[in-house]
Amino acid sequence: MSATPENVVIVGASATGLTTAQHLRRQGYEGKLTLVGDEEHLPYDRPPLSKQVLAGTWEPERVLLRSEDALAELDVTLVLGQPATGLDLGAKELSLGDGTALGYDALVVATGVTPRDLPGTDLDGVHRLRTLDDALALRAALLAGPKVVVVGAGFLGAEVAAVAREMGLEVTLVDPLPVPMLRQFGPQVGELVGAMHRDHGTVLRCGTEVAGFRSSGGRVTGVELGDGSVLDADVVLVAVGSVPATGWLEGSGLPLGNGVECTDHCRAAPDVYAGGDVASWYNPHFGTRMRLEHRMNATEQAMAIASAIVGDERPFAPIPYFWTDQYDTKLQAYGTFPDGARVQVLDGDPDERAFVAAYLVDDVVVGVLGWNHPRTLREARKLVVDRASLDVAS
Amino acid sequence: MKVIVDKDACVGSGQCVLAAEDVFDQDDDGIAVLLQENPSEERAEDVRQAAAVCPALAIRIEG
Repeated sequence: MSATPENVVIVGASATGLTTAQHLRRQGYEGKLTLVGDEEHLPYDRPPLSKQVLAGTWEPERVLLRSEDALAELDVTLVLGQPATGLDLGAKELSLGDGTALGYDALVVATGVTPRDLPGTDLDGVHRLRTLDDALALRAALLAGPKVVVVGAGFLGAEVAAVAREMGLEVTLVDPLPVPMLRQFGPQVGELVGAMHRDHGTVLRCGTEVAGFRSSGGRVTGVELGDGSVLDADVVLVAVGSVPATGWLEGSGLPLGNGVECTDHCRAAPDVYAGGDVASWYNPHFGTRMRLEHRMNATEQAMAIASAIVGDERPFAPIPYFWTDQYDTKLQAYGTFPDGARVQVLDGDPDERAFVAAYLVDDVVVGVLGWNHPRTLREARKLVVDRASLDVAS
Repeated sequence: MKVIVDKDACVGSGQCVLAAEDVFDQDDDGIAVLLQENPSEERAEDVRQAAAVCPALAIRIEG
């Protein structure tokens, strides 16, 4: 194993990047630390963007991950407003948008993801939501009281639809799949998510593709669906997933597949690590490669990377945790939720909208989901840790 | 060490309980409940871990 590096450069100044810096210091790393971010903002947190910031219940400043004073204590050189543009593994140099090059002994890639796009959406009134500026722009647009169409009923789309509906707006949620959050939680729970949205007055158009957009004078006026119908729209959010932000690494020699491909020690190449939304790694607990766009993973993977850099290496084998808040409902989940998994209710009652369910593959618990049932869910996490067996009769 | 929980920021993940169950609990809505405001020095590392892993950064430690 190589000696502790003296110069660590972290690309990506969001949760993973900043947490890596914090944990390096927490573990006694005293060398040079540089954090590079493509936005001008100080490092901030993303989960509140589609919830409290969009709803206006939090001032934007509240999403900062650390105050300016606390950042100064961390003794990190912040290079903000600079996208990384290239990596020379041989020379151990990172190039930046302004043409400068930064040398490193160890590099951490934490550049996150970029929202996926739909063709024909270069129109005023069509929004995406990834950054704080995106959230503030969408909030400003919603305050004008528009008719809202949300394209994509995954986490982000469903959360934004809920916030917009709670602002009293006319909201339609569109997705090609038959129920919301099908990919995340399967058909049964997806059906419940759909019912919850309908109960709150959000119109669902699931099982329908978006065929195109209507506009007038460069401004969106409607969304055309595959069945020929047209939804009037003043504001459209496109939330159709994201792709790992690895374009700047093309040709660098780092293994790129679905994200930067790492070992189970979060290493992509000698002295190069990747973490957070951009990283794909083999999770020994589940025996499968993963790439997670979840807040908890940003922290946990950053901690694992910081440990590896200072020489405390162990396989990164987390039980994934994630949550979503929609209306007055909190869905929380531990583990994985593969297609075709059998769903078994462990406690509570789906009809009463308070329950915990296990997801099983070959009768082994691979995930547990809690619907407004947080304490029981925390206890059920152990079933995932233990790879517990539940037979059909129980 | 003094622990402060921002209940308004808490998302009910329960990660704090997993890290230090004698210091944190959850109410029926999942929101963190502080069992010990001034945990002993022996518990300090686990409490720091709880603050570090909180996905909502809702735990602050003073001293």
